[in-house]
Amino acid sequence: MPPHGLLRFFACLLLALPALAFAAERTPKPFIVIDKPGQCVEAAEIMRREHPDMLKHQRDRTMREGIRTRKYSLKECVECHAGAKTASVIGEKGFCQSCHDYASVRLDCFGCHASKPKLASGAKP
Amino acid sequence: MSADANEALSRRGFLAISAATLGGVMLAPGIRLIEIAGARAPEQAASKRVRWGLLIDTNKCAPGCDDCVKACATENGIRSTGHPRTDPQWIRKVELKDPRSGRAHSAPVMCQHCEHPPCVDVCPTGASFKRADGIVLVDRHTCIGCRYCIMACPYKARSIVFQDVTDQNPDVPRGKGCAEGCTLCVHRVDRDQQPACVEACAKAGHNAMIFGDLNDPQSEIARRVAKYASTQIRADLKLNPGVRYQGL
Repeated sequence: MPPHGLLRFFACLLLALPALAFAAERTPKPFIVIDKPGQCVEAAEIMRREHPDMLKHQRDRTMREGIRTRKYSLKECVECHAGAKTASVIGEKGFCQSCHDYASVRLDCFGCHASKPKLASGAKP
Repeated sequence: MSADANEALSRRGFLAISAATLGGVMLAPGIRLIEIAGARAPEQAASKRVRWGLLIDTNKCAPGCDDCVKACATENGIRSTGHPRTDPQWIRKVELKDPRSGRAHSAPVMCQHCEHPPCVDVCPTGASFKRADGIVLVDRHTCIGCRYCIMACPYKARSIVFQDVTDQNPDVPRGKGCAEGCTLCVHRVDRDQQPACVEACAKAGHNAMIFGDLNDPQSEIARRVAKYASTQIRADLKLNPGVRYQGL
């Protein structure tokens, strides 16, 4: 390849870069910030796929039988995953809602359940 | 038969061990968890050997006092929406007066936690149910808001939520479109605490309400029920409510 050909190639690449970057930005990503680092109750891959089943199983045991183990309870999820700023798992950048918005799955837990941990609820951040 | 006994023993042992590890409490041999009302490990289901109940002494219940109603609202996150006629009501004070004798007294009325609850009979989805320990609840996950239970309850103890609810107590999920009523503070009972109304009544020094296990002969409530005359509201309906009244 002659030297000016190589130059032209790099020039083209340089010109294409902003377009590539723009393409990457057009795909929205969920806003996942974990303020409390540490291990979740299961591995992240399992949690991503199975958390609805875990919550559903737990809710029936708690509601119907009064079994109040904390491991898979929604209250514990909220306790750990509420954002440091908003003290909530919902809202645009909330841990639950940002991902549910991204996946376009309706999140109706928090129509009834508290989206803030007990200490933060009522108190202003 | 012997296999059954062994199984029961090992189960008992397992429960004692799990409770001991969880709560850090050593249980003496021979003491079964089931006999200690309320001292239930989180992984243990509510027992049908327990029958939670309330005994309300109307002679001690001061007319005009609504400490129990206020405590209930605070605990369960019930706030006025500005529409008093449709606001949910879990507990209310009823003032009574005998026109012949002039004797006036008052008493709180809430879900009576019937043994044979009509709200459960009529519920088309099975959302209204009675827990093993006698507490009648609404499973909001399956409630469709049809209000049959509100119609069926002879005590007017159920309400429906018309407005969006925010800032719930994490222990008491509540939301629009579901029927609801007194839960006997089930979240507190499961932690071995008294319902909020009972606690508030005792704190104010009235001591008009006693909560406990009606099936446990050693409990304060069972001893009082055995000793003094108490009545159930609309006993003629034979629903056998867990809430009893003294001095009505």
